[in-house]
Amino acid sequence: MILGQSSSSRIVSHAVLVTGAIIMVFPFLWMILASLTPQSEIFDGSLLPTPTLHGAIDNYGTALSAIPLLRFMANGFVVCLAILVLQIAIAIPCGYALAKLSFPGRPILLVGVLLGLLVPVQIPTIPIYIALAKSGLLDSYAALVLPWIISVFAIFLFRQFFVTFPDEVLDAARLDGFSELSIAWRIMLPAAWPAVVSFSIFSIVAHWNDLYWPMVVITNPDMMTASLGIAYFRQAGEGAGNVGALMAGGVLVTAPLVSFFLLMQKHFIRGLVLGRH
Amino acid sequence: MALANDIPLSSLAPNTAGSYRPARAQAQAGIILSVPATLLLVALVIGPAILVFFLSFTNASLGLAGIQFIGVANYTRMLTDPGFAQSLRNTALYVAVVVPTAIGWGLLVAVLIARSRFAVLYRTAYFLPVAASLVALATAWEAILHPSLGFANTLLQLLGASPVRFLSDPATAIYALAAIGVWQLVGFNMILFLAGLSTIPEELYEAATIDGADRGLKRFLLVTWPMLAPVTVFVTVMTIIRAFSVFETVAVLTQGGPMKSTSVVLYTFYEEGFRFFRVGYASAISVSFFVFVTFLSLVQMRVSERRARWKASGGQ
Repeated sequence: MILGQSSSSRIVSHAVLVTGAIIMVFPFLWMILASLTPQSEIFDGSLLPTPTLHGAIDNYGTALSAIPLLRFMANGFVVCLAILVLQIAIAIPCGYALAKLSFPGRPILLVGVLLGLLVPVQIPTIPIYIALAKSGLLDSYAALVLPWIISVFAIFLFRQFFVTFPDEVLDAARLDGFSELSIAWRIMLPAAWPAVVSFSIFSIVAHWNDLYWPMVVITNPDMMTASLGIAYFRQAGEGAGNVGALMAGGVLVTAPLVSFFLLMQKHFIRGLVLGRH
Repeated sequence: MALANDIPLSSLAPNTAGSYRPARAQAQAGIILSVPATLLLVALVIGPAILVFFLSFTNASLGLAGIQFIGVANYTRMLTDPGFAQSLRNTALYVAVVVPTAIGWGLLVAVLIARSRFAVLYRTAYFLPVAASLVALATAWEAILHPSLGFANTLLQLLGASPVRFLSDPATAIYALAAIGVWQLVGFNMILFLAGLSTIPEELYEAATIDGADRGLKRFLLVTWPMLAPVTVFVTVMTIIRAFSVFETVAVLTQGGPMKSTSVVLYTFYEEGFRFFRVGYASAISVSFFVFVTFLSLVQMRVSERRARWKASGGQ
């Protein structure tokens, strides 16, 4: 009896899960198929686009040549890397100081970090935009990177990680002549490695996919990041109306993070869940 | 935000007893290590946030020339402007569709996956939209929802229905965007619910079996649902904030149209602030947004605090 019930309920539950999974994956599948199909045949009334070799060559050729997609992706890569490196370089020493050193102003700084966690990312953007505009820095890497190099979330995360680190190890290092800065880099950074990995994934995904800020500070196509480049390509220049090439661009922009996700799912999910908390 | 709630306050106290380095040297090192972060925190987060608050009471434009204090005029304008009222209504509609659907679906998937042999496979499929570039996938959705020849309409016609102009019809555009929003959020909510489910002790299910609630809905209502309550509160707050912050799909696919039917709060903020350069007015919108988000976070904190107290006093 129990077997009968559970097998029929198992079929229902599979049906529900499979239907949902198809809906989740379908846009990816469609994007890949359309990216391989000649432009004129994508909307020919058939249910799904039918890939052909010359369609694939045409679409990816257009995506890579007529629109500077490689340039967009290189910009995105440089921006993400610069943001991440600076975020960590600034947050690790600060997290360490907040966790393990007593210094004047420490309680106030901690309150500042906690308050900073409450501020949605869009709030400070108006004054920062005005400052960048007044100093002639719009349409530059600096404009894309600068506002994000301080991550209160990273400081808080690393601080929480460091608090439980044994003081004896630190004292031993001090006896060995380590400076506080070298303790932060040579002892605390390796100790916080899991937190650093999670934070890095969160940061890279957030900034690779960000549209809002690049849209605000960038108008020159040469400086566009991957997401902004796709949005721009959709409505302007060579790509407007060329769905096949647009989908090829979409595949190229989506591929790095999705393959990364498929390869290291656990880390990836942990990073994103931690980051959005 | 929620991360902060899970950490006992005592862990925020200094933990420097028994350090080898003399106090003065330690204080000096602490200041040096935290100065870059402190300056940037003031310059890039707290300073600008305070500035936005002041700007919201002025008629500032981009150049800040001739800036004047105008009291609460920006706020009264916000409350009386039919355009803003429209974007609030659109946002509310979007939130009303996305929040229950993305939470209900995420919960359903989590509960079903938890008992499935193919859990890893399903989890991958449902999480895929969270990992992908929303801008790129939004353009794929746009083609799928093409008003005459897209997949969705070809399918509808095969089934004998008449075509729907999804994103280009003012009556349906916001729902089409909401569908994309749900598609993007389900996987994330599923992960949070899965984490919640894994903390429910097996004994509770055994006890429920003894009480006759051995399977299905009964078991879910007696054990799973009450035990998941704190996770559900958290997921709800997160999903409301995320839905309320919808921006990418609007910016890429509809730019607020057709006929303002998809102009939402953050997109209006973007247009006012960075297209029309009405800095004062845009500041008032962002301050209101901040108040709303903070209010939700505080509600969530209160709930998880109460639960922590209940747990500490021997509940559970």
